[in-house]
Amino acid sequence: MEFPKDVLYMKSHEWVKFLDDKTALVGISDHAQSELGDLVFVNLPLPEDTVTAGEPFADVESVKAVSDVYCPVTGMVAEINEALLDKPELLNQDPYGAWMIKVTQVTDHADLLSAEEYEKLIAEEA
Amino acid sequence: MGNYIPSTAGERQAMLQAIGFESMEALFKAQIPEKILLDRPLDLPSGLSEREVRSVMEAIAAKNHVFRTIFRGAGAYNHYIPSIVKSVVSNETLLTAYTPYQAEISQGILQSIFEYQTMICELTGMDASNASVYDGASAAAEATAMCRERKRTKVLVSATANPQVIRTIRTYNWGVNATVTLVPAKDGVTDWAALERLADGETACVYVQHPNYYGMLEDVDTAARLTHQAGAKLIMGVHPIAQAILKTPADYGADIVVGEGQPLGMPLSFGGPYLGFMACKQDMVRKLPGRIVGETTDKEGQRAFVLTLQAREQHIRREKASSSLCSNEALCALTAAVYMSAMGPEGMAEAARQSMSKAHEAAKKISAIPGFEMKFSGAFFHEFVTQCPIPTDELTERLECEDMLGGYPLQGELSGCILWCCTEMNTQSEIDRLTKVLEEVAEQWN
Amino acid sequence: MELIFEKSRQGRGCSLLPACDVPVYELDGSAVRKKAPRLPEVAEIDLIRHYSALAKRAHGVNDGFYPLGSCTMKYNPKINEEIAALPGFTRIHPLQPLSMSQGCMEVLKLAETYLCEITGMDHMTMQPAAGAHGELTGMLLIKAFHQARKDTKRTKIIVPDSAHGTNPASAVMAGFDVISIPSNAEGMVDVAKLREAVGDDTAGLMLTNPNTVGLFDKNILEITEIIHRAGGLNYYDGANLNAIMGKARPGDMGFDVIHINLHKTFATPHGGGGPGSGPVGCKDHLAVFMPGAPIQDAAAWAGADDQEMELIEKAAEEQAEELAAKQDAESKEMEKEAKDILKRLKEISGAEWEFGPIPALSIGSVRAFYGNFLVVVKALTYIMTLGREGIPEAAENAVLNANYLMSKVKDLYPVAYGKHCMHEFVLTLEELKKETGIAAMDVAKGLLDFGIHPPTMYFPLIVHEALMLEPTETESRETLDDAAEMLRKLLEIAKSDPDRLHAAPVTTPVQRLDEVGAARHPKLHYDFPE
Repeated sequence: MEFPKDVLYMKSHEWVKFLDDKTALVGISDHAQSELGDLVFVNLPLPEDTVTAGEPFADVESVKAVSDVYCPVTGMVAEINEALLDKPELLNQDPYGAWMIKVTQVTDHADLLSAEEYEKLIAEEA
Repeated sequence: MGNYIPSTAGERQAMLQAIGFESMEALFKAQIPEKILLDRPLDLPSGLSEREVRSVMEAIAAKNHVFRTIFRGAGAYNHYIPSIVKSVVSNETLLTAYTPYQAEISQGILQSIFEYQTMICELTGMDASNASVYDGASAAAEATAMCRERKRTKVLVSATANPQVIRTIRTYNWGVNATVTLVPAKDGVTDWAALERLADGETACVYVQHPNYYGMLEDVDTAARLTHQAGAKLIMGVHPIAQAILKTPADYGADIVVGEGQPLGMPLSFGGPYLGFMACKQDMVRKLPGRIVGETTDKEGQRAFVLTLQAREQHIRREKASSSLCSNEALCALTAAVYMSAMGPEGMAEAARQSMSKAHEAAKKISAIPGFEMKFSGAFFHEFVTQCPIPTDELTERLECEDMLGGYPLQGELSGCILWCCTEMNTQSEIDRLTKVLEEVAEQWN
Repeated sequence: MELIFEKSRQGRGCSLLPACDVPVYELDGSAVRKKAPRLPEVAEIDLIRHYSALAKRAHGVNDGFYPLGSCTMKYNPKINEEIAALPGFTRIHPLQPLSMSQGCMEVLKLAETYLCEITGMDHMTMQPAAGAHGELTGMLLIKAFHQARKDTKRTKIIVPDSAHGTNPASAVMAGFDVISIPSNAEGMVDVAKLREAVGDDTAGLMLTNPNTVGLFDKNILEITEIIHRAGGLNYYDGANLNAIMGKARPGDMGFDVIHINLHKTFATPHGGGGPGSGPVGCKDHLAVFMPGAPIQDAAAWAGADDQEMELIEKAAEEQAEELAAKQDAESKEMEKEAKDILKRLKEISGAEWEFGPIPALSIGSVRAFYGNFLVVVKALTYIMTLGREGIPEAAENAVLNANYLMSKVKDLYPVAYGKHCMHEFVLTLEELKKETGIAAMDVAKGLLDFGIHPPTMYFPLIVHEALMLEPTETESRETLDDAAEMLRKLLEIAKSDPDRLHAAPVTTPVQRLDEVGAARHPKLHYDFPE
């Protein structure tokens, strides 16, 4: 199980990487992809959609389930990772490399955990 | 009185004892509050033996008149149903099987649906089909839901579509507060100038029926151009047998194709069960409602079939599903697949050509009779509209005496006109007999 | 096994139509398709063999026990099929003059009348083609009701978390938001949470009773009252009606609108996924919103046959009087029979049915025409067969069979809720999974090797590793004993040799399909070789 230190985490298992004050990449953690199992489809928002910290912004599908993905930040979707539309398995293979959306005009964020805090949370939940 | 319950009184008593109850009454009283339990027998007739029930239901059926000759369509068509179709769909296993959720023991059902999906794609030229929906009207309504999105919520429907389809589209869209606007008709076809005015950046989709409700062929090239120009999706409603010879919706640039599959081997049966088919381009596959069968492999690498893309559906997405579709018209889809396999490409093209030819022959003969002129001037397929010199229900009654179901008396703006239909079932002599009766009617009118 | 396309050979086919006996009309080239559709070209013998082979790779109620919870896979009587195949029903055009279709109108009217009596409703429409279609219709009726009263803030439908997925999906299709309320520790509606959830934004509640864990919620009157007092309406999902028909009625439990699944409760065949029929019933206050046109009695049937009818009725009445004069039990029985038949004759022959005007505030239509008519014919034939006594008897035996089967397996696999059950029960294999690694999926696959269709898996969502069993009333005691025995054997295998179950099924033509690949790279039609 990987917990890179250069990103921050949400309790609901998403990660966020701030590129600067107002720009961030968002994805799901290694723990998340492991729990979800083989992903078959990702429903991403559209560029120019607004996203809100703590609210769902996307969902991911496995064969038998759909799960909401929550946004760590408030802002506007600048880009979506189109590669995920054809190859959702990238989220399973490389959860920290396969970002889902790039958010700009970031004005707020949810409660975020450091890598150590998140790792501890996972250990407690087990 | 029959009930199909195997257990005898003695066995039931033993089973009750095994679970610790003295009587059925006690079993129910333990679980249902007494004030809810019915304290009287149902106000229904007593049950019947099989022989009695047969008499009663046969007597009811005998009160319906089976017309020998049918010249009426308007959404339900009298096409020839090959015997093999009825034979296959009365197979006990295919008839009584459940939905193929357990893929390993349902390969037969799944494969038959996969074959059906392939055939619908062949007829329409589209990339993907679902496993069926309730009927053509609800298919059209579900198609509009596929096209609606946040910024585009307006639905445009040609006024030349079947009125029942229009009504169903309105009902479904009213559910989600989306507006439905009719594109007016002109001389029996869609008024394209009107469409150009109505289609804009808020339009989700345009629905055009081809052939339309009046049997007329529409200018679908123009429909596609104007629709896509506005950034909207084109939904075509088609007749499946006509599609055997008509240019495919894919070639016209349609995004979604829907239609009523009843002509593919289902009897008229007073309106149901029928078959809604839906097909679309690759980029809209994940928006298709209802079940879809996909091909895959098993652990030995053998080809196998499975219900796929299930994460679209209600049992997984629940309130986030785009449609609540669960049970569909599976056996009707099977019926359609057997029909299309029995008829083959030649047979279906022949059924289409004959329907069209007989309609044109009938139109030629009928419209030559004073008072029965053609209402519209454009090209038509196997239905056409004429005037009628006498009140239309009088004409209907007159034809009833000849054991003929005449054309459908139109309502509303076209009240007083008749919508005639011919299929490959109508013979030259039937058309001649019809013509003779109408000539008599015209003479009496004069 | 080959696909039908792979068996196709150019030039083969069936000879079905005569040559065209009118001049052939040629369409303008621009309207014609460029290439013929690649439909199969096969001889009849190959066609019938193909479908026979497909049928052998399927499992119907005729092939073995089918205890699918929530699906009511009871026996589908063959007389129903014969009646539905009568040309007097199949060859009737839906737009024929109604005077020529009185038999069809009677079928619809009788079905409406009987189903209203069974469910305690005042009106019924046969339009919906399935349960979910009925749910959509019911939700639209509720929406129309509130809109007519200009009560526009009622935007929420309450659904328990144990509900079938079609419930919230249908509510959303009608423009509502869904509030999910948790079930309590007994698997029932948490009444306290329900009270918290209602308000002046409550449009209504969707519920099934017995619920999806097979238990009758005894608080039902209180529950429906809470919704009514908050200004909402109650919708009944009729999927579980087989447990209570003839014993209790949703109309007496405070429900305003319901749907019925004819392909469950009323024994019409499932057809591999459809066609079903989901008639929607409502109380008087919703009648004005119903879709389509109501069937009403036109002027009394006029005609020469009237006199004849009078004579038959008189004769039957006289016979009944004669029998009444005799005092013995047998005569009493026969007298009852005669009166029944008389009553039915009067019903059937005394009316001419027509479609009344479409209600002023009708929601419109949810389909073309009147409903899955032949399915309604089958259900009506079934109701007439069972009759007044047979309907509650079916429910009683459905509940007896479920409790009997449950009593034989509850020491093997824990029952999720309740000491007794109604027509179905839910087992939870959560503990078994922790102990042995064997999940509900593995037991279900193991049953396949025994030739039994597995029960419903992983539903309702509130039970982990759920297996829901509904035997129905049409199974014999031996079938239930055998099923219990198989479940016992599977438990032994799970404990002693779990890998064997992980590998199951081994006797089916294909095993453990790659569903992930199928969803990632959907291949939804045959790829014709170029």
